[in-house]
Amino acid sequence: MAALPPYASTGQKAWYWGFRLICVLIFFFLIFPLLVIVPLSFNPLPYFTFTPGMLALEADAYSMVNYNDFFTNIDWQNALYNSVRIAPVATLLSVSLGTLAAIGLSQSHVPFRGAIMAVLISPMIVPLIISAAGMYFFYSRIGLQGTYVGVVLAHAALGIPFVIITVTATLVGFDRSLTRAAANLGANPVRTFFKVQAPLILPGVISGGLFAFITSFDEVVVVLFVGSAGQKTLPWQMFTGLREQISPTILAVATILVVISICLLTTVELLRRRSERLRGMSPQ
Amino acid sequence: MANGENVPGPILAADGRPLRQSLARALRLQKLRALMLIAPLLIFILVTFAAPIADMLFRSVENAIVPDTLPLTVAALEDWDDASGQPPGEKVFAALRRDLLAAVAAKAHTKLGSRLNYEQTGVASLLRKTGRRVKRMEEDGDLAAQFAEVHKSWADPETWATIKRFSSAYTSGYFLNAVDAKLGATGIEARPENERIYIFLFERTLLLSVVITVACLLIGYPVAFLLATLPMRTSNMLMILVLLPFWTSLLVRTSAWKVLLQQQGVINDTLVFIGLVADDGRLAMINNQTGTIIAMTHILLPFMILPLYSVMRTIPPSYMRAAKSLGATDWTAFWRVYFPQSVPGIGAGAILVFILSIGYYITPELVGGTSGTFISNRIAYHISSSLNWGLAAALGVILLVVVLVLYWLYDRIIGIDNVKLG
Repeated sequence: MAALPPYASTGQKAWYWGFRLICVLIFFFLIFPLLVIVPLSFNPLPYFTFTPGMLALEADAYSMVNYNDFFTNIDWQNALYNSVRIAPVATLLSVSLGTLAAIGLSQSHVPFRGAIMAVLISPMIVPLIISAAGMYFFYSRIGLQGTYVGVVLAHAALGIPFVIITVTATLVGFDRSLTRAAANLGANPVRTFFKVQAPLILPGVISGGLFAFITSFDEVVVVLFVGSAGQKTLPWQMFTGLREQISPTILAVATILVVISICLLTTVELLRRRSERLRGMSPQ
Repeated sequence: MANGENVPGPILAADGRPLRQSLARALRLQKLRALMLIAPLLIFILVTFAAPIADMLFRSVENAIVPDTLPLTVAALEDWDDASGQPPGEKVFAALRRDLLAAVAAKAHTKLGSRLNYEQTGVASLLRKTGRRVKRMEEDGDLAAQFAEVHKSWADPETWATIKRFSSAYTSGYFLNAVDAKLGATGIEARPENERIYIFLFERTLLLSVVITVACLLIGYPVAFLLATLPMRTSNMLMILVLLPFWTSLLVRTSAWKVLLQQQGVINDTLVFIGLVADDGRLAMINNQTGTIIAMTHILLPFMILPLYSVMRTIPPSYMRAAKSLGATDWTAFWRVYFPQSVPGIGAGAILVFILSIGYYITPELVGGTSGTFISNRIAYHISSSLNWGLAAALGVILLVVVLVLYWLYDRIIGIDNVKLG
């Protein structure tokens, strides 16, 4: 949709602006639900709509009561603690194993590459409810159901495809002559990896790690089945809250999570641009 | 390799080995190194992910509980003809008595009862009742009569036929149940009209997924087109509006819709305020199919826009200009030149959204009420509430097969290596 030429007919002008209006409406649809919960989370009354006072922008119609509840309520704090305890460990597992495997997969001669790739990507393809059901059955057999370790392993498995995809994508643009040059200058493979390869693929590894982190941090279906009350995470607490008595604290939590995702999105975007600059690609 | 020097034929490497051998060795080492790097992750995935899926496949046909709990009865029933219309002889009842005594001691008879109850209603209570009374039976007396006295079902050949039909270690019973059929006396038969639910649920899941996919396509196509044709700087800015929902927690987005769509929610309030809707005629947009469709379209929209965008970016704008300079109207240029080139993006986005949507659980559970739930909600119900794990596994396997077929199509059309994130 290039700029409107000066000779455009009335119909073309109408269509041009009409199309833009449609697009604006769609963007509104995409972003409005996220924006609307921010002011609503400051509503002190247990309603999920704007009170007349809020619409009149009266200062005392807004309050931090929901945020206070989040930071003082033992259930929410436990949930936050569990989320913080599970997601980083799961991320670390998937990033370390995933990066190694991605380096292996990007070698020139890998037997059964397609089949291995399919197995490693499968946790992303299989619907979560099926993964959750299978893990619930299998983990209860081997005594991992309802344990911290079980949830961490399950979440690590779910995060791995993201690490594999982002790291292999970074490795596609990796110039192999660099490692050969390092070897030629006398560096051993380990030194070559840490001094030459790792700094270059780091953006891919970090963004894969962020994907893995957000997968675990947001995940609710698998933890619902594999975990027990002792592993109740933030999304789980939100899920119960939404299903049973919907409390306005959820909106405060949701607002905090939106802020977190804005931070994550910014980091990933910056990393992507940096990686493309490093690889000498145009900043697309 | 000492004779290497004597043979004139093969070219030798520096260490005196034939070059072909040396190269093959290097290649082998390279392959081995690659596999060594992949092995830890592969083992990890096989244990934490593939084994659970295999376990689910196994559970969907496993039926060991019947032959394990009633070993003697199953063996004794071999000689009984279930078409005879007569209950089996005294030998079978004696075997049943001994099996049940052991089962009651191990408290296994109630589990067996709930297993067989899936196939014939009433067996659970029959076994519970018999379990309480079996100790008082006299071994030498007429056992058939004593059993019939506890419960008349023991004199009914149908009960015995059910036990015999499900006496093997593996069964197709769960799968038949999952498609609203059962293994009757004369073979596979449909369940009575009022017990059919799963075919209907599968149909609803597929239908709603199609509706959601089409909605995503209709809404996503204009946006992807706009993003692909705007200058890079502007489109990168607008892209944030697509990526932000993509990065935001699923539960945040679902709770936002729950808040917006309620009867006393923001949308209804606004409609009442404008005067489009009377205060007593507020729209019911949540806890039904409308709720599921709206919320899931919003949640899956980025998965449609991103593949569409990446395909549309590669379409040179000069093609449209060429078409127009050759006399095509705007519409013809778009429809005959631009649109066909964007079809791969439509395929990628549509399959991706469809795959994600047929397995969705959280959003239908929270905003779907009863009319907007999917097959996955039924699977969850069987795992956590009704405890019919075999049926949950069978439903899961069917869903998994559907997804894998679609995934295979996706791989054929687009290739998994082309999956891009963000």
